[in-house]
Amino acid sequence: MDLTLKVWRQKNREDKGGLETYKVKGISEHASFLEMLDVMNEQLIMEGKEPVAFDHDCREGICGTCSLYINGEAHGPDRKVTTCQLHMRMFKDGETIYIEPWRSSAMPVIKDLIVDRSSFERIQQSGGFISVNTSGNTQDANALPIPKMNADKAFDVAACIGCGACVATCKNSSAMLFVAAKVSQFAYLPQGQVEREQRVLNMVEQMDKEGFGNCTNTGACEVECPKSISIEYIAKMNREYLSASISSEE
Amino acid sequence: MSVLDSKIPEGPLKDKWTNHKNHINLVNPANKRNIDIIVVGTGLAGGSAAASLAEMGYNVKSFCYQDSPRRAHSIAAQGGINAAKNYQNDGDSVYRLFYDTVKGGDYRSREANVHRLAEVSGNIIDQCVAQGVPFGREYGGLLDNRSFGGVLVSRTFYAKGQTGQQLLLGAYSALNRQIAKGKVTMYNRHEMVELVKVNGKARGIIARNLETGELERHSAHAVVIASGGYGNVFFLSTNAMGSNATAAWKIHKKGAHFANPCYTQIHPTCIPRSGDHQSKLTLMSESLRNDGRIWVPKNMEDVLAIREGKLKPIDLSEDKRDYYLERRYPAFGNLVPRDVASRAAKERCDAGYGVNETGEAVYLDFASAIQRYGKQEAAIARMENPSAEEILKLGEAVIESKYGNLFQMYEKIVAQDPYKTPMMIYPAVHYTMGGVWVDYNLMTSVEGCYCIGEANFSDHGANRLGASALMQGLADGYFVLPYTIGDYLSNDIRTGEISTESAEFVEAEKEVSDRIEKLMNIQGTKSVDYFHKLLGKAMWNYVGMARNEEGLKKAMAEIKQIRTDFWNDVRIPGDKNSLNPELEKAGRVADFLELGELFAKDALHRNESCGGHFREESVELDGLQKGEAKRNDNDYAYVAAWEYKGEPADAVMHKEELEFKDIELKQRSYK
Repeated sequence: MDLTLKVWRQKNREDKGGLETYKVKGISEHASFLEMLDVMNEQLIMEGKEPVAFDHDCREGICGTCSLYINGEAHGPDRKVTTCQLHMRMFKDGETIYIEPWRSSAMPVIKDLIVDRSSFERIQQSGGFISVNTSGNTQDANALPIPKMNADKAFDVAACIGCGACVATCKNSSAMLFVAAKVSQFAYLPQGQVEREQRVLNMVEQMDKEGFGNCTNTGACEVECPKSISIEYIAKMNREYLSASISSEE
Repeated sequence: MSVLDSKIPEGPLKDKWTNHKNHINLVNPANKRNIDIIVVGTGLAGGSAAASLAEMGYNVKSFCYQDSPRRAHSIAAQGGINAAKNYQNDGDSVYRLFYDTVKGGDYRSREANVHRLAEVSGNIIDQCVAQGVPFGREYGGLLDNRSFGGVLVSRTFYAKGQTGQQLLLGAYSALNRQIAKGKVTMYNRHEMVELVKVNGKARGIIARNLETGELERHSAHAVVIASGGYGNVFFLSTNAMGSNATAAWKIHKKGAHFANPCYTQIHPTCIPRSGDHQSKLTLMSESLRNDGRIWVPKNMEDVLAIREGKLKPIDLSEDKRDYYLERRYPAFGNLVPRDVASRAAKERCDAGYGVNETGEAVYLDFASAIQRYGKQEAAIARMENPSAEEILKLGEAVIESKYGNLFQMYEKIVAQDPYKTPMMIYPAVHYTMGGVWVDYNLMTSVEGCYCIGEANFSDHGANRLGASALMQGLADGYFVLPYTIGDYLSNDIRTGEISTESAEFVEAEKEVSDRIEKLMNIQGTKSVDYFHKLLGKAMWNYVGMARNEEGLKKAMAEIKQIRTDFWNDVRIPGDKNSLNPELEKAGRVADFLELGELFAKDALHRNESCGGHFREESVELDGLQKGEAKRNDNDYAYVAAWEYKGEPADAVMHKEELEFKDIELKQRSYK
């Protein structure tokens, strides 16, 4: 298939950036979207131009690195997939495709289609852990039974890959789905109880500090989330936060 | 005497690790505060090591090329992690896990290391549960287990098909806790490009800030390499696009011996290549072979009709199918180990029976399993005379509950519904058992430089069993290195801060900047990927699933030529002082172009078949095992550790003889 690509180009953080138009020909419908971009970049290199920089790594939907806004949708037109799992059969021959980076003031563009997601790192560092040292002397793994339902729910939210599609797709640039995933995972597990209140308070505080917006329940994040994490967990985080705020002494 | 001192402690096998821990030197907490450690890589090994060392009190600097430590490729591991917990009461023990691992590795691993691995395996599960890793559980609330290939017990812990992800996020959370405390300084989007040695000891690295292109000097009292395997030397593999051998190769060039590079695992069940645009390959978990049957058509006319689209695989009657694994290996059938299953698929496809356009695919068929489960479910539901549709529906539901996420992944990539038509699969490069040589303490042949996880050669011999990579990564990082590194660092308590202004640092940085300058100035006519693909092709054709002397010699010559061409004709656009993915790739491919040749050289010298390394010259000639791999314990029961001497072809081999005191060497038979 032949395609026209409108791609966001931006030299560095300071550059204003803008859309450039490239054409690619003879793309196989079996190729993945990123493989199509590989072809485009190979072409640009041969033409003596600088290829388009984009983030990607595992190319199987689990590392959370790839992050493209395609035709106005985070991770493109397919559902329950990351950009790297998107295939060209989702597009038509002759189509024009718009390719942009995530847009959020808390995730500034570094270059072309690559953004800086270190705000996510700082949120995790503010409380996304259970304070237990490596010792090999923790109690036996089976000493504390966990109801299967709780373990399964904890897993469902722990499946978050930290890609940032929820932020990119939200009109408020809210990171609440991302934060709710971590808060909920530990809230469902007995190991997470000790620091339960402080964790949600700290993580929400850091989230606000980073400049992410608030949730207005549009549900866009859950639609674009490649791991189908439900917004019901945002409600759970709100309950956790409320209860922690009331009971907290500070 | 060999230059390799493995430093295996004295005493009975089962007491070695305990005694060793009891007698090595410790560093007191106040002194730990004055000691810096660099850890390169943040996968299961690197992430867990950095977190543990920081908890103990050392100052840790942690480096990863990704934008977050959570993205290291350990995240993609699917199936599970082994541990000798014996929760299923099926007779598992530390000894059995040790024995299975040594046997599975075709008796080419170091006995003492493997036993230690088995000893600490149970602690890993305890540790991960305490960190909040959501393992799969039974209704009673206790942990569930799975079975994997090559063993007779159920010892694999899992979190659906995303065990690697959950374990890595566990290590990542431990790391985050230390970053927040200021005990770990995290350098994301940084790549280690050189090791710095001062007076023969590893004292730091040169790292390139991938966003700004700046070269940075970082000093430390010890350097830990945890940068993963080198599977991407084949261009196409199940590794991440960025997975590379640069850190491991740089320390090799500075004196760390590189062991058994030819031991590579080619995983039998991956989604086949779909065309020249292919950038990587995707694994379909080994667990699928519990229920899937592997076959190709018996007759060539059916193969051709299927390729032309005139015949559908589901329309081919049973008598016209060749279930070749069940035919060749009646005892193990579809559950033979990975190396055997891969070679059998290649044999059929080489004979012309491959079922897709490229001729490189076989079927993995769930129809029988769907029928079997469907009937079973109908019986449980006490349905009388269930219709064929009802059985199908019930059976598909069972398959979905077991493998749903894998089936969805397959459908997204291939655009075929694997519930309705058999999956197409083909072997792909997956894991590298070889790597940097380390002693019992995980120290390389460079003093103060350690290597852990897939990057070292240690525990898997010539073939790795399923669900053992995660175990080794976390064992090294949580429970082995944190102890053994103290023994070395106890001599460094008076050293004080290490200056980055010394001549050694200046020189190392200059070396790097000259190399980058040289790459940028070539301005040739071909892209980096062009050369990487050529290298991959040479590796796959001559150093892939089956190897012979003629092919390996050819590979060495070809790779050398590709390397020369690369350095004369590669084109790297952009500039060095900014984010430049082509420049990053070029540096990595330059190292692969050297490693590939050493890989072929190692495969050439090892004229025996063992594990993932199959030499066509070394097969059983008669009897029941006719045509199967033939190991040669008399001549090759050693580790081949290569010393860098400039050109890869000039590398000098050092042998570490392997002694098996607790295990009798046997031939692996799956007939």
